[in-house]
Amino acid sequence: MTEIKQISLFVENRPGRTAKVAKTLSDAGVNIRALTIAEAGDFGVIRMVLDDPEKGYKVLKENAFTVSMTDVLAVEMKDTPGGLYEIVNTLGQNSVNVDYAYAFVTAKAQRAMLILRVDDIAKARRVLGEKNVKIATKEEIQAI
Amino acid sequence: MSGYWDPHIERMPLEDLHALQEDRLKSVVRYVYDHSAFYRQRFKEAGVEPGDIRTLADVSKLPFTRKVDLRDNYPTGMFSAPKSQVVRYHVSSGTTGKPTVVGYTKGDIETWSESLARALTSIGLDSDDVVQVGYGYGLFTGGLGLHYGAERIGAAVLPVGTGNTERQIELMQDLGTTAIACTPSYFLHIMEVAEKMGISIKKDTQLKAGIFGAEPWSLETRKRIEEATGINAYDIYGTSEISGPLFTECHVKKGIHVWADMFLIEVLDPKTDEPVADGETGELVFTTLHKFALPLIRYRIGDLTIMNSEPCECGRTHPRIMRILGRTDDMLIIRGINVFPSQVESVLMDIPEVGDHWEILVDRKGPLDMMTVRVELTSAGFSDKIGDLMKLRKKISKELKGVLNIAAEVDLVEPGTIPRSMGKAKRVTDNRKV
Ligand SMILES: [Zn+2]
Repeated sequence: MTEIKQISLFVENRPGRTAKVAKTLSDAGVNIRALTIAEAGDFGVIRMVLDDPEKGYKVLKENAFTVSMTDVLAVEMKDTPGGLYEIVNTLGQNSVNVDYAYAFVTAKAQRAMLILRVDDIAKARRVLGEKNVKIATKEEIQAI
Repeated sequence: MSGYWDPHIERMPLEDLHALQEDRLKSVVRYVYDHSAFYRQRFKEAGVEPGDIRTLADVSKLPFTRKVDLRDNYPTGMFSAPKSQVVRYHVSSGTTGKPTVVGYTKGDIETWSESLARALTSIGLDSDDVVQVGYGYGLFTGGLGLHYGAERIGAAVLPVGTGNTERQIELMQDLGTTAIACTPSYFLHIMEVAEKMGISIKKDTQLKAGIFGAEPWSLETRKRIEEATGINAYDIYGTSEISGPLFTECHVKKGIHVWADMFLIEVLDPKTDEPVADGETGELVFTTLHKFALPLIRYRIGDLTIMNSEPCECGRTHPRIMRILGRTDDMLIIRGINVFPSQVESVLMDIPEVGDHWEILVDRKGPLDMMTVRVELTSAGFSDKIGDLMKLRKKISKELKGVLNIAAEVDLVEPGTIPRSMGKAKRVTDNRKV
């Protein structure tokens, strides 16, 4: 199973930095599937799921951004109350730690997707699978 | 292993070396007294005459000179040689106030070149080498100083000066540069640009030695440069007042040899003006023993160092000064505590998550001085977990506090955002209104 590669960037909290990231990717023809910004005062971290993470990583690096690639899980959230709780609770009961999570919706997908960074991705995949939570493949994310 | 440029002088037994220094000290004192109204006046005020100087220890009877004397006697009031004998001037632009002018007789240029010829030989350079001089040419002493020194040993000199970094790297490859002389901060910039050009200094060039100075740099920076490029990085020392760059470490890298036949050095306690023992920190004081246009008597450069007068493993008997800890002019006083930028550098360069470029900002908020240290985060140091970045910031702050004894705010910034320098790096911006 190839994991989904998330691209993370270190950015200073200055005007125009996020726009520069978006422009760099769009000039290279790379599409952003999901994006979240975590801020900590004067700096922040942008996390993104891209349709072509390898290319995105390369162009950002060439443009002198501090960038890293991380394996993440993308899971489908049930469209019912408690959908998020079920996922997080399952992981917690099996002592898988969630470093962070963020959700996104797309026009094509039926349901909201949740991106998760966990400390044990193989175990997370297994325990969520046992609960019949649908885990998106790399190809599915690319095709959204 | 490298040889000696002038084995007779460089390995002279201490007793003979001291006798030579004593003779030359007596001569220079007599010379300035006879040729410079400035010194005659100073000696008179101090109640000393040339005849009072009989031994090396008598140097302590002589009055001190300082940079302010050169400024007050601008342009050539402290010169001892007539204009007809002066063959060159260099001028240092004072960051505050008037510039200072230094001058050289033909013999002074020879002595200067000779000093560097010994130094360059002591790091293993010879006529087979190609020396790229990346110091500024012109009024600054760095460029021409190294140029003459390298030519004297018969090396091929590539006089590139500062700037035009990509071209520097191309020439380094095309002409097979084996040694480069520039400021350590400029070399860090060259390393960065080479990487961007896809050139590995280690694999794609013949560079084997770097001669870095004109600004204080730490052992941690040396380690970084040597590990990244595979070269040997040597410290060079000298200021325009005593001619320019004059001395380097030898291949043993345990201190900078100061040629005792040319200069008499003292390391003094800045409070009492008494000599400190070998191994203790003090202020470096120079008396030129073989310089004629502008001889200097007990000149207080304002650099802090440690002296080692034991003969070196390399066989040279001339005393060594340890890495310059900082110039008293560069010292910051923050909340009453002395801070040298070089201390900050040594802390930062030991932390792998911190990039090669950094700066210090000092502000006053209300009655309180605030020091902020801005560092570039390396890709290796980047974690996309905010908590890890906060922890890193805390760690840097804690290590700075451990060394400096004052709290510093730490800013993590993106690579490439701190200004790069071609010459002396401007590491400190002091926004306090005095
Ligand atoms: Zn030595």
